[in-house]
Amino acid sequence: MFIISCPFCGEREQSEFKAGGEAHIIRPKQPTELSDDEWAEYLFMRKNIKGVQFERWNHTHGCRKWFNVVRDTSNDEIKAVYKMGEKPPTV
Amino acid sequence: MKKKYSIFSLIKNAFSYHENWERAWKDPAPKKEYDIVIVGGGGHGLATAYYLAKKHDMKKIAVVEKGWIGGGNTGRNTTIIRSNYLWDASAGLYDHALKIWETLSQELNYNIMFSQRGVMNLAHNLQDVRDLKRRTHANRLNGIDAVYLNTEEVKKFCPIINTSQSIRYPVLGGTLQKRAGTARHDAVAWGYARAADDMGVDIIQNCEVKGIKRNADTVTGIETTKGFIKTNKIGVAAAGHTSVIANMAGLKLPLESKPLQALVSEPVKPIIDTVVMSNAVHAYVSQSDKGELVIGAGTDDYVSYSQKGSHDIVEGTLNAILELYPIFSRMRMLRQWGGIVDICPDASPIISKTSIKGFYLNCGWGTGGFKATPGSGDLFAHTIANDEPHKLNAAFNINRFVSGDLVDEHGAAAVAH
Repeated sequence: MFIISCPFCGEREQSEFKAGGEAHIIRPKQPTELSDDEWAEYLFMRKNIKGVQFERWNHTHGCRKWFNVVRDTSNDEIKAVYKMGEKPPTV
Repeated sequence: MKKKYSIFSLIKNAFSYHENWERAWKDPAPKKEYDIVIVGGGGHGLATAYYLAKKHDMKKIAVVEKGWIGGGNTGRNTTIIRSNYLWDASAGLYDHALKIWETLSQELNYNIMFSQRGVMNLAHNLQDVRDLKRRTHANRLNGIDAVYLNTEEVKKFCPIINTSQSIRYPVLGGTLQKRAGTARHDAVAWGYARAADDMGVDIIQNCEVKGIKRNADTVTGIETTKGFIKTNKIGVAAAGHTSVIANMAGLKLPLESKPLQALVSEPVKPIIDTVVMSNAVHAYVSQSDKGELVIGAGTDDYVSYSQKGSHDIVEGTLNAILELYPIFSRMRMLRQWGGIVDICPDASPIISKTSIKGFYLNCGWGTGGFKATPGSGDLFAHTIANDEPHKLNAAFNINRFVSGDLVDEHGAAAVAH
């Protein structure tokens, strides 16, 4: 359990949020043009990093807005929080 | 050959105060080269090494383990064994394992304390009832024992369950697999380790993999904290850390690693003589031979390797346990822990060759790998030895995520992902 600082509401317990998985996976503009391999890559393949990971979270029991978190998955320490559309910070 | 464990060896060793038992397995330094290196000294990895030596007559096998054997998810699960999965492919896979469990103590000459005490899965709403009835029918068509119980029959089989229809999620029925049950998880790792060691497998503990060496599309060796090991075949059975190893080889996998928690109570006299699982309210409970209640909680929804997990998950599970078993209201919990489980999008495992020659994967067991340990080891050994899957694990290849031929077992996986 850890605390997440929602960019809209401030610090709240992690249980108020829903994890949205790896961030910055770009939805293909023309899904019908993709090969099966490319579609599998988009849909299923994940880096699943042990260490610093960029991910999406949603404040489901608060403002219900999506945002990005940079978190060390080996110890759950949060390095940075930034809004959707913002440039990922370097950590 | 190791000396056989028996009542006579027990008596003989009692005369020397149990101080002269021979070592169950050696502690060798790694050799320069092996034919096969298995990454991960849990139940699956050790079983794989055992069957490679036993059934496929392979020599020069090593198991490398970053900690101590059985110290990962093998020592962290709730020891439940069952095979009541929905689809034909899964039924084949899990029942293959269950059949091996039934004679495993004799085969390994090691008491794994396999107890066929039955596993009951509860239904709490109309959809649960329909799903579980469907699954019962599917099981029986696949030759797996399964019966559907109504509320009264559930109460009769496990009298301490609260079957009042006025609770928030009343018990409407359930399924029972009588051949299912539990086994002693540490003993499984130790039994396989002893038997594999006896056939010349090197079990190398405190040896962490740091890199995978490749020559174009073929593996050539493995970099570890105890030096470089040359090999042409690497079998990965690293559970939650599979992605970490695969990333070293340049492979991206359809896995997410998440904490799964469990907890045990203080030991009490026998009170529940079966395993009861509930998908909908997310609680499952059994009692260990020591008398502790063994309670399984759910997974957290975020990727983490921290082996901790969140408090609210445990709280939710205990709320459900108390509603179903008011008799436990004053039980005190003794320990809580988390294991890191590698979850596939379809809640089914991967036992497969990969695009890299000599690099094999046994992963994605998610929240239910323990029950499959012997079958998984047997089929993974077959896949590595023949460079081809056995017909029982052919459906569990990694290409199913490209072809779309998924084996969706979210309903039977019991732990909601």
